[in-house]
Amino acid sequence: MPAYSLQINGKTHKVNTEASTPLLWVLREHLALSGTKFGCGLGQCGACTVHLDGSPMRSCTLPISSLQENQEITTIEGLSPNGKHPLQEAWIEEQVPQCGYCQSGQIMQAAALLDQNSQPTREEIISHMNGNLCRCGTYTRIVKAIQRAADANT
Amino acid sequence: MEKSSNNISRRNFIAAAGGVTLAITAYALYPTLSGSKKEIDPSDLAEEKVNAWVHLRNDGQITIYNPAAEMGQGSMTALPVILAEELDADWDKVKIETAPINVETYGFKAFGNRKVMINVGSRTVMGYYDALRQAGAQARYILLHSVAQHWSVPIQELNTAPSLVQHEASGREISYGEIVDILQEPENIPEIPSSDLKSPDEFRLIGKVLPRYDVPAKVDGSAQFAIDIQVPDMHYGVLERGKVHGAKPSLTNAAEIQSLEGIIAIVPFSYGVGVVATTLEKALAAKAKLAIDWDRNVTAQGHDSQSDLEGYQQLADASSDGKVMHKVGDVKAAMRKGIKKYTATYKNDYIYHAQMEPLNAIASVAADGQSAEIWAGTQNPGSIAPTVAKELGIEADQVKLNLCYLGGGLGRRSTSDYIVESVKLSQATGKPVKLMWTREDDLQYGMYRPLSLQKLEAATDANGQIIALNHCIVGDGSNLLASGAKNAFYNIPNQAVDLRLTQKGIRIKHWRAVGHGPNKFAIESFIDEIAADQGKDPLDIRRALMKDSPKALATLEKAAEMANWNTPPAPGRARGIAFGERSGALCTGICEISVEEDSGKIRVHHFWSAVDAGTIVQPDNVVAQMEGGIIMGMSSVFCEQLTIKNGEIQQSNFHDYPILRIEDAPESIEIAMMPSTDSPKGIGEASTPIVAGAIANAFATLTGKRLRHLPFSPSRVKRVLEA
Ligand code: FES
Ligand code: FES
Repeated sequence: MPAYSLQINGKTHKVNTEASTPLLWVLREHLALSGTKFGCGLGQCGACTVHLDGSPMRSCTLPISSLQENQEITTIEGLSPNGKHPLQEAWIEEQVPQCGYCQSGQIMQAAALLDQNSQPTREEIISHMNGNLCRCGTYTRIVKAIQRAADANT
Repeated sequence: MEKSSNNISRRNFIAAAGGVTLAITAYALYPTLSGSKKEIDPSDLAEEKVNAWVHLRNDGQITIYNPAAEMGQGSMTALPVILAEELDADWDKVKIETAPINVETYGFKAFGNRKVMINVGSRTVMGYYDALRQAGAQARYILLHSVAQHWSVPIQELNTAPSLVQHEASGREISYGEIVDILQEPENIPEIPSSDLKSPDEFRLIGKVLPRYDVPAKVDGSAQFAIDIQVPDMHYGVLERGKVHGAKPSLTNAAEIQSLEGIIAIVPFSYGVGVVATTLEKALAAKAKLAIDWDRNVTAQGHDSQSDLEGYQQLADASSDGKVMHKVGDVKAAMRKGIKKYTATYKNDYIYHAQMEPLNAIASVAADGQSAEIWAGTQNPGSIAPTVAKELGIEADQVKLNLCYLGGGLGRRSTSDYIVESVKLSQATGKPVKLMWTREDDLQYGMYRPLSLQKLEAATDANGQIIALNHCIVGDGSNLLASGAKNAFYNIPNQAVDLRLTQKGIRIKHWRAVGHGPNKFAIESFIDEIAADQGKDPLDIRRALMKDSPKALATLEKAAEMANWNTPPAPGRARGIAFGERSGALCTGICEISVEEDSGKIRVHHFWSAVDAGTIVQPDNVVAQMEGGIIMGMSSVFCEQLTIKNGEIQQSNFHDYPILRIEDAPESIEIAMMPSTDSPKGIGEASTPIVAGAIANAFATLTGKRLRHLPFSPSRVKRVLEA
């Protein structure tokens, strides 16, 4: 089985697995970074969203062999040193999560937006977040929380 | 466990809820935490006093046990709030932990006065409300009693403030934490009469906006769902199940599968083939390679969900009565007397739960098969030990369930099929096994809200009053279909619900709000059709129907006021209204929509809803549940359709079974909660059933056309527009 070296949340991790194994299983099952969730395995729901060199990616559709050793992977566990990213605080203020299962993916997706665009419009927020499903129906609060975090940026 | 149980038996412990004195045993000391590491260090135990619901530590920390599964509905916070209110606890000092799974101690009475630990039908807060107030009041009594003894003052002279006992006459006060060292067990703990409980105007916690306890762990990835659990030597299990429910497998390449690297076992099931492997990727790779011949000689074979609706129509049109589920007055006689008759038919396709966390469970069956430990998210925690014990032929007390957060329940997680599967895989291999359902497994071997057809007939008298309403429902699943067909809040003197059952062999189940979704769609559409025929305003006809139901009427008036019903919306838009009751909550909803005629896409711009849910324990959480219920309702109304051809499920994942995305959420959802001091009612499903009717009614106002078949997919809407 091939060996891989990954940069995740600022640390180097070595993993032995088949070349086709999605990054999602590597994170969750090999490295016990379980904040990143499995929802569909098909790039349809966004529960598995992580950052690859700062861009939001669906880790369920990224085979480990497609990653370069020097690419920086960030998961929800590494988004902020203390869980106090402005989005995480806004998420608490707006009481966004219900079951919570989709929320790591939502926050990672939103964080990538604010990195690029600190003052997104409502339309920009919606189009950026459209790939992330929430079965509990927290969408209206997600929009409010992103707006709140953006306001906190100013 | 052993050691601490010895520690504990030396101490004097206190009684618990409901006036029942409990023998306190070690199980109360090591509740399983959902989502965080254990905070209780056994060495601290000497400093704790315990009853079944509350731990009080001498530093003032108050741990309250949450007896319910947390699946997003927020009762993990709401239930401790109820207890803390009567205990007069300082909320900042409260910690919440998951209660041990012990039905006698932590169950609530439901379903014929049986004690249960089950979280279904929005019953959790209402089911526990009285018991938790009593438990909190009794815990407070114990503290008061101890201080009265210690200070030698009559207990009546003592009072409490948040986490403090005060003696006004002498100006003394003592914190709850300090009472630990002087705690004295009363001879017996009286049932606190309801007149001695707080009155609503004394509430400090109930009805106040408090943040949900589980939210912080759900924004940093630390909340643990069952799917996140890892245990030593854990293996991975998957099953291949048939696309035709109930089909029986014969595996034709067992030797090939067995020879794959990392495959530990192939485990046969009557309806599928299980594989256990050392890693998840190996298990999934093996699953993909399974060559299975399916014996499809089962009921589901031949079922075609769309063309079978014609047979449903024939059943509805047949003259013989089905099973009468509900009856007031004499519908047939009233129908004969009626001046004008109305008939309409409504249909709904199968829909699937699509809870975001696919089903999964971890089971570790001991090598000798005589005990088992389970990690799972379940809506039915009280049933797991007996179910697993039966499977293994052991006693229920040899099964331990570690209840985790649920990534959605929605009715799917009140069965334990997935837990039993994990147990069988662990038993067969002697390893702890994490059983994973892929999204495809979850969808295709799901348990759906049944396909149904509803034929409504009404008669009106010379004044246009509805004097008879006959509601005929055709489909699979008895009570799954009938819930919500009864109209207790509409003054219609003669009503009947007539159920005509089919058997299609498809796995069916409660789906958020159960039969209320299709039934309220039919009833609320039908009321508007009659109103339109009579030239009445949809609000006015309901006002008249609700004249004897003031609480329901109040939600109607409130929603109309919020939506500015009497002011017409912008051109190209229309509003629609619907009412429904579910689990005791009364709810009116109004939506404002527009339609893209080219595509057939309906947009909901705003949704207003007023709900009477009795006493509101956690207001912001009620709002969240109402919002989520509306969005899930919209998802079912616009997007969700599961179809079956020759018994085979046709969809497999979110690409062909879409659920509502953020772009289709309304710009605003406004919720009003009616002030009430009644006991709490269920809120988790209150808003879902009103969505379809409100949208269909708005659509009819806008276009003059009726949508009669859920979901209102763009292609269907277009066909209706072009007809
Ligand atoms: S799990 Fe990756 S997008 Fe759904
Ligand atoms: S919070 Fe439950 S799926 Fe989004």
